[in-house]
Amino acid sequence: MNPHLSFAELNARERVTQLLDPDSFCEILGPAARTVSPHLALLGVPYAFDDGVVIGSGLLQGHPVLIAAQEGRFMGGGVGEVHGAKLVGILQRALQVRPAAVLVLAESGGVRLHEANAGLIAVSEVMRAVLDVRAAGIPVVMLIGGANGCFGGMGLIARCADHVVMSDQARMSMSGPEVIESSHGVEEFDSRDRALVWRTTGGKHRFLMGDCDWLVEDDLEAFRGLAIELLGQSKVLTLQSLLEEQQMLTDRIVEVGECDEAIEIWRRLGVQSPDQVAGMDVEQLRVLMASRAEANS
Amino acid sequence: MNWQALSLALFGESHAITRTGDVIYGTAQLGPALTIAVVGTADHAAIGVETALAQARFVLDTVASHPGRPILLLVDTQGQRLRRRDELLGLNRYMAHLGCCVDLARRSGHRIVGLVYDQALSGGFITSGLMADACYAVPEAEIRVMRIPAMSRVTKISEDLLQALSLTNPVFAPGVANYVAMGGIQALWSGDLKQGLLDALAAPNTVDTRATLGAERGGRALAASVIQQVLAA
Repeated sequence: MNPHLSFAELNARERVTQLLDPDSFCEILGPAARTVSPHLALLGVPYAFDDGVVIGSGLLQGHPVLIAAQEGRFMGGGVGEVHGAKLVGILQRALQVRPAAVLVLAESGGVRLHEANAGLIAVSEVMRAVLDVRAAGIPVVMLIGGANGCFGGMGLIARCADHVVMSDQARMSMSGPEVIESSHGVEEFDSRDRALVWRTTGGKHRFLMGDCDWLVEDDLEAFRGLAIELLGQSKVLTLQSLLEEQQMLTDRIVEVGECDEAIEIWRRLGVQSPDQVAGMDVEQLRVLMASRAEANS
Repeated sequence: MNWQALSLALFGESHAITRTGDVIYGTAQLGPALTIAVVGTADHAAIGVETALAQARFVLDTVASHPGRPILLLVDTQGQRLRRRDELLGLNRYMAHLGCCVDLARRSGHRIVGLVYDQALSGGFITSGLMADACYAVPEAEIRVMRIPAMSRVTKISEDLLQALSLTNPVFAPGVANYVAMGGIQALWSGDLKQGLLDALAAPNTVDTRATLGAERGGRALAASVIQQVLAA
């Protein structure tokens, strides 16, 4: 195994082949199938032979899994008609073949504007497909570590999965900082303030809030290790679990809903030195979360 | 159309739908033995953490206290709320939670009908109307992600080309008819809205057939066949 491979620096196909057991990946509708977006061609925009998403089957520590990986370097991982249908297809396939998990390596700005209507509908179709797979007791695991983050519709899909894993460099939210800035001005959200962007949408904040379940280094082996750990770990949604989620989300607004800044939120959550979180490494954050969980129990 | 006029058109005086903030909810009678739960937003609401959570609350209460009662999701939204504070709090989780609640209701035996009665912009209705068994719209509804001039600026594609292509290709241009063609909107309700609702409730629809509909209607030529190819591979 490679000593250290940056997840963020690899492209989608490399991530898939490195994450799975060697030579086990079997791609479905790969580039040779030329399943391209007809809409981009009409608009005179470059298209990709895989429409920016790699899907297929493989083995993880010997266990069969299905996998999908979005290519952030193609249209920011944006979801169009074909791209979205490939995601729906691989999820529906899981209901037939019952893998030990469906792994989704999400990297996307959300709906692809060039085919926005199709992308919007596709996002809701993917959500329903994810929830079908979950309901069947097959875990859907989101692995988020690409440079483009996981935004818009893909941020919604991520939060429908059983497990969300992020690297400390990754970002996840609904609207991107640029969209908020263009709508409400630089005073609302300065999208060029990298530290602010990371405090608001980054993996560390999401981990401290509990919006991602696991935080890892930007290391492919770390993602692989967690994916192995989560094989077969299904969290079926029930009325009880959603009532608990409702209560937690309600409490969150009461407890930190007035905060304007992540640092203030972390302070209220009981983090001792919230201004030092930005400099902490993943291990320190895990210890922090573990001690908080202990304090709350 | 505003929510009061809509409620009147759907239920006459037989409803107890009220408004709290941007959220409207309550119950209505469709017949002597048929009560329906109604929840949604009004006045082009921006979907923020509170708006999503209040709708989820109502859906969960309906599942918990009124097993099997049909649910009507009313959509009028300008999109998700574009504020840093909502993102700090995890707006994607709040909105996804609403979608998960709607999905749970369906699995628990509730019929879920979505209706865009005014506006549905951008991501505002992905986790409500678009998570219904089927989503409908009134003909004058406005559904879009982005207007063509704005899309032209962002994509750097000329407005003329976009306008010309929008006449034959429904995948990017605003318009409720485009969403019907792509299967995202099941049908338009014109005239007797109550009849539209009764027909929707009578049509069993727990499987997502939108990609197939889009292919049949010619608005999404590829999605259904790509899904089939992945299943058959």
